[in-house]
Amino acid sequence: MQLKRKKIAGLLSVATCSLLCTPAQADEGEWDVDSAILYYAEDDDRVQAIEPVINATKDLGDEESVSLKLVIDGLTGSSPTGAVPSTEVQTFIRPSGERSYKVAPNETPLDPSFKDTRVAYGMNWAKPYDRNNRRNYGFNVSKEYDFTSISANALWQHDANMKNTTWSYGFNLEFDQIEPTGDVPDPLTSMDKQMKGDSSDTRNVIDLLFGVTQVIDRTSLFQVNLSLSESDGYMTDPYKLVSVVDDDSGKPADQLFESRPDSRSRQGLYGKYRKTLANDDIFTASYRYMTDDWGVDSNTFDFTYRFKFGNGYYLQPHLRLYDQTAADFYTYFLLESDSPPKHASADYRLGEMDATTIGIKFGREVDRQHSWSVRLEQYEQTGESSPSEAVGQLRNQNLYPDVTATIVQFSYAFIL
Amino acid sequence: MTTRYQWLLLATVLALGGCSSLGVQPWERNILARDDMLMDADALDLAFDEHIYFSKEASSGGQGFAGGGCGCN
Repeated sequence: MQLKRKKIAGLLSVATCSLLCTPAQADEGEWDVDSAILYYAEDDDRVQAIEPVINATKDLGDEESVSLKLVIDGLTGSSPTGAVPSTEVQTFIRPSGERSYKVAPNETPLDPSFKDTRVAYGMNWAKPYDRNNRRNYGFNVSKEYDFTSISANALWQHDANMKNTTWSYGFNLEFDQIEPTGDVPDPLTSMDKQMKGDSSDTRNVIDLLFGVTQVIDRTSLFQVNLSLSESDGYMTDPYKLVSVVDDDSGKPADQLFESRPDSRSRQGLYGKYRKTLANDDIFTASYRYMTDDWGVDSNTFDFTYRFKFGNGYYLQPHLRLYDQTAADFYTYFLLESDSPPKHASADYRLGEMDATTIGIKFGREVDRQHSWSVRLEQYEQTGESSPSEAVGQLRNQNLYPDVTATIVQFSYAFIL
Repeated sequence: MTTRYQWLLLATVLALGGCSSLGVQPWERNILARDDMLMDADALDLAFDEHIYFSKEASSGGQGFAGGGCGCN
């Protein structure tokens, strides 16, 4: 929220604050409330989501603040199982093991029972330690019917070079518990046999973040982050399948529960540049490189340009370009003659892909008390739909259908 | 992997090497102090995007901590 009409004293207070520091947007004792609702819809009756969120930050004075956040995420639709299409009708057992569903010939197998509601709570406390040091502590809880996540984080920030440079150091600890419908399947066993083990499994994630934000001149600044992440535990998707197909005909002979490694190390480099131009418009560009020991390397370029008009109105086009390599254990399918792999997943999200997001945002900073915006975006994901390893009937099937999603968001911010 | 990681570190060090000659005086921050010049401006947009891309792609995080708190990936 932009508060151009804020009183001079408040502005000077913000000016002396470091750039990574969340500004005291509301005056002391006031609540700065950001609310939004997001609608996300994929084509072809795949996933749809409605996600309202509210975040309230109270200024406690002396740059100390506390934030509370509530997110509700309602999901419906169909999700790809990972199984390949066939020229014949296919029958799949639902994750519960109680009922089955059929997939028509030449259709991508989708699990139609995808329905979930996620509720997430978050709180954050920010407090200066001294003139040049601040600390932020956060705590988050997220709950779905089959998934629980608890995380805590701490971030320290140190200003140097007359507050032109801000160093950040932080960590996040996350504990997740998965309780799949129908219990945890034994990896790479046949769906038909429904071999299940425990009712739940867990994983732990540790994230480290090292960053610096540097003022370049009166109108521009950049940020560089180095991130490290270590995950240990259950990272398989209990609802995903891998088809085993006949070597010659390419017809599915069996469907196996997928299997992923039980650890993952990720490293990332992130850079962001933001500049106010002579006409007051704002240009932002960012780049992220991520790599991990699953073999996934990705590049993400992100650009926005905010055209500012009179009376607080603005228009902001957005372009995001993403590409990733496939995980080492990603496969479209397994052949009957293959020796059993240690890990295998046909989850399209682990495959080689490109994605493009094009969006536009229109909004207005009405006054000190109110601002609103509307955002419309389209996300398109493409992969290799006819891979060279396809055999038999699979040569005529689409083994990596494109994903197209529409995103609509309305935001409203106000001060209480 | 190791070589790639060393490149990340080298790029970071080089990027930070020029910091000492950059910057402004405290009274030159009027533009930088605007809310829309903050690196975490539009925080809700960033959080939504992070959640969407976490559920559709194999990489996440970078600007903040890696995405989590969701069974969607």
